[in-house]
Amino acid sequence: MSVIVERAGFLTSVQDLGRTGFREFGVSSGGALDPFGLRVANLLVGNDEGAAGLEITLGGLQLRFEDERVVAWCGGGDFDVRIGSRVLPAGHAGSVSAGEKLKIGAPKAGCRSWLSISGGIYVEPVLGSRSTDLRAGFGGFEGRSLRDGDVLPLGMWPGSPTPATGISSWTAPHDWVSPAKPKPILRFIRGVDWNRFDASTLQRLTSEAFALSPDSDRMGVRLEGPELKRADASDMISEAVAPGTIQVPPSGKPILLLGDCQTIGGYPKMAHVITVDLGVAAQLRAGDHVRFSEVSLADAHRLLLEREREFERFRVGINLQRS
Amino acid sequence: MEIVPLGDSALIVRMRERFDDAPEQTLDTVLRAFQQLQNAAIPGVIELAPAYTSVTAFFDPISVAKGAETPDKVFDWLAARIRAAVAAGADRGRHRTATQRRVRLVEIPVCYDREFALDIDDVARRAAIPPSEVIRLHSTAEYRVACIGFVPGFPFLAGLPKELATPRRDVPRKQIPPGSVGIGGAQTGIYPLRSPGGWNLIGRTPLRLFDPQKNPPALLRAGERVRFRKISRDEFESLK
Repeated sequence: MSVIVERAGFLTSVQDLGRTGFREFGVSSGGALDPFGLRVANLLVGNDEGAAGLEITLGGLQLRFEDERVVAWCGGGDFDVRIGSRVLPAGHAGSVSAGEKLKIGAPKAGCRSWLSISGGIYVEPVLGSRSTDLRAGFGGFEGRSLRDGDVLPLGMWPGSPTPATGISSWTAPHDWVSPAKPKPILRFIRGVDWNRFDASTLQRLTSEAFALSPDSDRMGVRLEGPELKRADASDMISEAVAPGTIQVPPSGKPILLLGDCQTIGGYPKMAHVITVDLGVAAQLRAGDHVRFSEVSLADAHRLLLEREREFERFRVGINLQRS
Repeated sequence: MEIVPLGDSALIVRMRERFDDAPEQTLDTVLRAFQQLQNAAIPGVIELAPAYTSVTAFFDPISVAKGAETPDKVFDWLAARIRAAVAAGADRGRHRTATQRRVRLVEIPVCYDREFALDIDDVARRAAIPPSEVIRLHSTAEYRVACIGFVPGFPFLAGLPKELATPRRDVPRKQIPPGSVGIGGAQTGIYPLRSPGGWNLIGRTPLRLFDPQKNPPALLRAGERVRFRKISRDEFESLK
């Protein structure tokens, strides 16, 4: 009841939908950087939405299965994923037989993908989650990213009514399973410190492109481009930050925070990328260009609720396919 | 009180504008609000965390929307519920000031030996006092946890004697051993995990500040009182 990591790839870790309830102790939410992508992948294989899967950064992963499973993945832009020699496109469910191998090659675009395996990765939860906190070194598989030779426990799986071999014909919507876009525009709402910046600086945020610095990770992506220096010099009191927050340190180079970001910060919070666009943000890799455009808070909520309604419809549809 | 959005899935409840002018009163106010919001268990609120002058609530907009009727009202609906919960607490709080003050006092043993106190000379030089006086001042003051953050379990402690305030190092260290006690600006704190950091190191505690296998996972929580007790190298080893 396990899967063998023959090659761990560039950076692969066990993630679920994140860790909540311990923020007052400085514990980040973490989890899949695109929680929606992991939910979709879990739905495709018949798991609970919150089951733990693998987050694969830039590919290079090879797994060998001990028993039959169903797998699905979301993310990136066109990762080359194969079960044996069969291609498994994003957003389709595929059956893997005992002894078979799954390979995830490098993506043509994008950065990360999320793989769900029926039964889920069954590591012991720590502080209520199976996510790996890479920075603090706990949770997931031994509190670290995967290495060649690791053996991951899988959860019980009652077997699937879908064909024992082959790849599902049904699929999830393209936008959900392949979120990477060339030169994406991330939508944001204003941050609490918006007014600490003057009009011309604020205009630069929306009129110019920013390039992703190589110095980026699961905590956040650093952006190179026009400097966004704040106009006022008053002291700031540290308060909470969240995934999506665009904070601006004194260098004037903004940092877009992602799931593993720390819980508090003392830099001005200029803006916040909206939740429905965090999956796109998680696909950025060094050198990629990104632009920003403003929406209202009500629009951010409307977009999130619309996506959730579509997800519910998809869930109903997929359950009909299975029955 | 001011309630501002922190993106579309969190909001910050600011209880005061300043911290340093009245840290004790500010922390009491913030922690009362934190407690009150926890007790209120507002539907859709996922977790709450206090820091200095504010409490932040993370929420699930989808759950909140069920109560709020339309997406336009998610924030306003939640903010109104939060305002009411905090206001109810403030009324009751007036009669509870005495109990609020009775927060836990945690004693933290610290070995200030040279091998752990890499920057004590810098702190001493800046204050124009001998290192022994740095240790005396640091280990006789009483502190309060203003916030836990930066890394899991890291306590930002208010109450550092003014003489000891020392700016962060220009070049942060890449790796600071767990348990290291440092001074950063007007605050002191303890590194729970091996991590990079720019604070001036003056000692080390053998205690474990963060243990994910325990619940609660952190030794300290916001609002608690802290004292440092000077220990010898031998005692450090025996407590480890």
